[in-house]
Amino acid sequence: MFDFISFIPRAVVQGIPLLLGSTGETLTEKSGNLNLGIPGIMYVGAISGVIGSFFYEQSPNFAPLPAILIPLGCCLLGSLLMGLLYCFLTVTLRANQNVTGLALTTFGVGFGNFFGGSLIKLSGSDLPSVILSATSNAFRTSLPAAEKAGVFGKLLLSYGFLAYIAVIIALTAAYILNHTRVGLHLRAVGENPNTADAAGINVSKYKYIATCTGSMIAGLGGLYYVMDYASGVWTNDAFGDRGWLAIALVIFTVWRPNVGVLASFLFGGLYILHMYIPSGMNLAVKELYKMAPYVVTIIVLVLSSMRNKRENQPPASLGLAYFREER
Amino acid sequence: MNNKTRSPLIHVSKRGLLPWYKTWAIRGAALVLALVTCGLITSLVTGQNPIQVYGAIINGSFGSPRKIWVLLQNISMLLCISLAVTPAFRMRCWNLGAEGQALIGGLAAAACMILLPGKLPNWGIIACMCVASVLAGAVWAAIPAFFKAKWNTNETLFTLMMNYVATQLVAYYCVVWESPKGSGTIGVINANTELGWFPQIGSYKYLLNILIVAAVCLAMYVYLNYSKHGYEIAVVGESERTARYVGIKVDRVIIRTMLLSGAVCGLAGLLLVGSTNHTLTTTIVDGRGFTAVMVSWLAKFNPIWMILTSFLIVFLGRGSGEIATKFGLNRSFGDILTGLILFFIIGSEFFINYEIHFRKSGGKEG
Repeated sequence: MFDFISFIPRAVVQGIPLLLGSTGETLTEKSGNLNLGIPGIMYVGAISGVIGSFFYEQSPNFAPLPAILIPLGCCLLGSLLMGLLYCFLTVTLRANQNVTGLALTTFGVGFGNFFGGSLIKLSGSDLPSVILSATSNAFRTSLPAAEKAGVFGKLLLSYGFLAYIAVIIALTAAYILNHTRVGLHLRAVGENPNTADAAGINVSKYKYIATCTGSMIAGLGGLYYVMDYASGVWTNDAFGDRGWLAIALVIFTVWRPNVGVLASFLFGGLYILHMYIPSGMNLAVKELYKMAPYVVTIIVLVLSSMRNKRENQPPASLGLAYFREER
Repeated sequence: MNNKTRSPLIHVSKRGLLPWYKTWAIRGAALVLALVTCGLITSLVTGQNPIQVYGAIINGSFGSPRKIWVLLQNISMLLCISLAVTPAFRMRCWNLGAEGQALIGGLAAAACMILLPGKLPNWGIIACMCVASVLAGAVWAAIPAFFKAKWNTNETLFTLMMNYVATQLVAYYCVVWESPKGSGTIGVINANTELGWFPQIGSYKYLLNILIVAAVCLAMYVYLNYSKHGYEIAVVGESERTARYVGIKVDRVIIRTMLLSGAVCGLAGLLLVGSTNHTLTTTIVDGRGFTAVMVSWLAKFNPIWMILTSFLIVFLGRGSGEIATKFGLNRSFGDILTGLILFFIIGSEFFINYEIHFRKSGGKEG
């Protein structure tokens, strides 16, 4: 019998970093910036938080509230800087977005692993990882009612606060995109910056704000991964290809963060499905199961382009730099 | 009245074509700036003086004959994949799937090496490997190309996803063909019989790869600049509508170019498996599929300049690796430096394509 009660919470916990990453990337892409640096930004967000809490944990008087706020602040700052760098290069200097994004990923992953490695050396532990259990406990505090409420509590209430924030961010982003003037302007910038510019919308400003906000949200995904999912254990390269999976999720949800809430749990489930499928001794088949999220994404991408419905298309100017004098 | 509408402080306009020495002077300046920054950062982190740091970078690439050969081998592999993505890029078709296409090529080569011994003589195995890898790479690229041509499916995202499908496929076969049992890795294939191993030229292990890639480079240069196909690619890249008006069949050009792109990637996979490593892992391509994007773009999609840009990237990578080992830092330090240098070079393109005008103090002109 398939064990849904233990499967679903684990799928959700897997899905939250993807949800944050994809919400951030959706906002970014809606402004016409294809930020392939998201995997790097998530690494930087995670390691910035780890650095912050590493030094805070060594201070004598440890309290839960600053233990949460310090890593959170560091994480937001780190990912904001990455977002600013991306914007400066692609919006102000109009560099190629694909190349900039890939360079940002190289840089970010290197940055994460370098400082991760340095912290491991500093902590002098035998294991190749930094362990921040006190901070992680603060992040993982769930409602006391979760224990008592049985199955319902386990499925809905057992997560750390960042998970709920992630869902709230995604829903807010969806609301802003589709039901406010700011969202309308942002979509206009992503679809046709010339028209938006002519209508008096400050294209660069929208691109900057959307991309930087997006980076910060994605950075939170990295922080959630370390502090909550991995119980405060940073190991180099442990984050893996989740950043790319977040970009896949953007396509899968056809650029809708509210769909992303459930879709990210689905992706999280697909990501760990191989652990739950009884394949006996055949380890090889498990590798094929790991393909599932990507194959599903490809199918969605193909189907949405075949049906060619207007509302399901990528933003029309996605990946193109905007220069006012070029017509 | 007129005084109230002031011209903006900074006005950016597009530049005409700069002479080539000026563009390379700008890039050179960016590179020097980048190296100075990297030297400063390394000095801060390690406490060494910058001269020693640069010495270590050069030593990492040219320190011994072995290091030089490894450098050349790495350049040739990176160059091969960069050449592969270039025709697609010239068409403004962002093939980010080189990683997967090379991996699938490698998988096909490994499959021949594992399954065919006993059924075919050595030369037959090698011939099968060549055909299989090139075909596999081409097919892997043709899938996104087909959907792009037919339904205008976004190729950037499609090819990106295909990378991970390829990685998992290779991971699957790594377990299926594992040896020794239970290790989850393939190990060196045919270590005793050396069946399917490419011949060595003299005592130089990597010379064959380097020669093959040099030939591909030259062929690609001629193909892109002096053939009808190359011209069609350029027209489609500039404007798809123009291409359609002059009677170029755009969808056919897209599929043909992506087939070529994938085939050369498959060749790179073949060289990695058949000639260099004689094994297959999921990380055998080592991110070159992504680095190639930057190499190709930095060289403005020109195959000859690509030799220089891939040298630059490999040189920096190996140099910063050397810094890392010599001064006891971890290897990821190299990625940070490479990233920094790329940012500088990416930024410098702005000064090649655009001019900045500051507001004149009189403020009369608009």
